[in-house]
Amino acid sequence: MTIQLTHFSAAFVFALFASIVFGITHRETTRDMVRYGLYCFAMFLGGVLVAGWAMWLVRR
Amino acid sequence: MANSTPLKTKPAAEPAQPVSMMAVVAPAVGWLIPGAGHIIQKRWIRGALLLISIGTLFALGLMMQGHIYKANGGDILDILGFIGDLGAGGMYIVTLAMNGGQGAIAFAIADYGTKFMIVAGLLNFIAIADAYHIAIGKKS
Repeated sequence: MTIQLTHFSAAFVFALFASIVFGITHRETTRDMVRYGLYCFAMFLGGVLVAGWAMWLVRR
Repeated sequence: MANSTPLKTKPAAEPAQPVSMMAVVAPAVGWLIPGAGHIIQKRWIRGALLLISIGTLFALGLMMQGHIYKANGGDILDILGFIGDLGAGGMYIVTLAMNGGQGAIAFAIADYGTKFMIVAGLLNFIAIADAYHIAIGKKS
């Protein structure tokens, strides 16, 4: 079975699961885990979007 | 003449952590099955989330026809790729046994798949360290 993901959906899935693991392993309390996980997710996806637009600008 | 410099006092040594059976078993089990190191310490939800996250990432990497690295002594990136893949433990062993992860280099998504599997292994290393910290009482 094979799967075809777009660049963005691959980045989304990667960010989601990596953030869950980072949240669980890097913080002590449940509340902090959720907050840190959301922070990592936002940083991952934000980084992808910023890098994408930066490359678009460079290309023009 | 008296020495005017104050004597440096050694910081109190941290009390040695007793090495319990769990401190050995939890990382080993966590390596074989991601999240199992947490589950055997009754951290059910954390363990399940780790299992789902790492397992899905690895499975997606396989489905994207990523390449899995075998033990090698060649290029440094191949060696690092092997170390990353090795972190996935049981999933890596099963994939090798089933002759999976041959990698189709014809399209870019397969390269993403390769990275997905490496990252799954590296995330499992972090999960193993976390399970160890729970076992020795450093983390609740």
